[in-house]
Amino acid sequence: MSNAPFPAARPAAALHRFANPGQFLRLSGRVLPWLAGAAVLVLALALPWALAFSPPDWQQGETVRIMYLHVPMAWLGMGGYAGLALTSAVALVWRHPLADLACRELSPVGAAVTALCLATGSLWGKPMWGTWWVWDARLTSVLVLFFLWLGHAALVRAFDDPERGARMGAILALVGAANLPVVKFSVDWWNTLHQPASLTRVNAPALHVDILYPLLACTLGFSLAFAAVVLFRVRAAVMERRVRALQMAAARRAENS
Amino acid sequence: MTRKKKRLYLLLLCALGLGSATALTLTAFQDNLVFFRSPSDIARDVPGPERAFRLGGLVETGSLARSTEAGRPLARFVVTDGAHQVTVAFGGVLPDLFREGQGVVTLGKLGRDGVFQASEVLARHDETYMPPDVADALRRSGHWNPNQGAAPPASSWNTLQPGRGGG
Repeated sequence: MSNAPFPAARPAAALHRFANPGQFLRLSGRVLPWLAGAAVLVLALALPWALAFSPPDWQQGETVRIMYLHVPMAWLGMGGYAGLALTSAVALVWRHPLADLACRELSPVGAAVTALCLATGSLWGKPMWGTWWVWDARLTSVLVLFFLWLGHAALVRAFDDPERGARMGAILALVGAANLPVVKFSVDWWNTLHQPASLTRVNAPALHVDILYPLLACTLGFSLAFAAVVLFRVRAAVMERRVRALQMAAARRAENS
Repeated sequence: MTRKKKRLYLLLLCALGLGSATALTLTAFQDNLVFFRSPSDIARDVPGPERAFRLGGLVETGSLARSTEAGRPLARFVVTDGAHQVTVAFGGVLPDLFREGQGVVTLGKLGRDGVFQASEVLARHDETYMPPDVADALRRSGHWNPNQGAAPPASSWNTLQPGRGGG
């Protein structure tokens, strides 16, 4: 029983209401349909608005519509990584098994959105800048972010003992968090081909509201979808562990009898 | 309880150490992390004619001259950062976004005659996004000539609605 992550009756589990995977399954089962529904609804409205009904840019023309995918993916890749680092800290300090599972299930989704950010950025860079890729500080640091996501996803799965893998992954996630301010501020600290931030700056946003509002709507929609996918994966992982624990228990019973 | 606290403090200590190490490293590599050098950097420290580097800045208004040499398009323009200027010669196709007043990053070598011989020109987009009618309204009202540099402060146009009688 010592290897099962969620022993059926552990007295300490009663202390943490949310550490209890049963409680988590009940609660997340109630939230998930609403989350997924909201994501579909918001995206169904935001994507046509952004891709068809918003105005083009005065110099980029229709190409600017790549932004409605590129920017939410960039924010999710970075925000998701901040979430990964925070959850990893919780996992390391409070030894929270659900936090370990959440990290494990978060990183493939984070890698996917960061890959989308890089791919759409490349497709946008060719017509506008004149190049698919340059090694400037912003692009390079986002590539590092992508490798951190991939590395984390691979590392937590590389150990026979899942708990050890989770520990190593959490350390990697926290060390990699040093890259986040570099991604964010690379465009301010150094000369880059990538332009500085349009939204988070001291002055008013440098996007016209007709472009800004669809962008924010798309960001909300993709964020809800991201949260729904991650929650779905964590639920599936908890159930998988339960099934495995039950099978182990059954096998042990069959062995003893 | 105390073990958790100990782990927390250890983690914070590690974060502090790692953060300072990163900051120190980035500061040390400051000069190598820039993607391009400005005309002022060039004026301060003139690179030799053998050294390829990237030069970035704005295309100066009225400086662009296009010609054709042996069937190849040839462009000459001046890259400026306000304080200093460098003349650039480029034989090739310029990116769509290239225009006077636009940011560019060029790769090449500085010749002995002071002309930068570029082998690659990339357009650098600024962080402003506006619909065509808003840009037109700003141009017509004389608030902005895109050929002369960056757009006016965003708060003066980012809610402008020229088509709907707002502007």
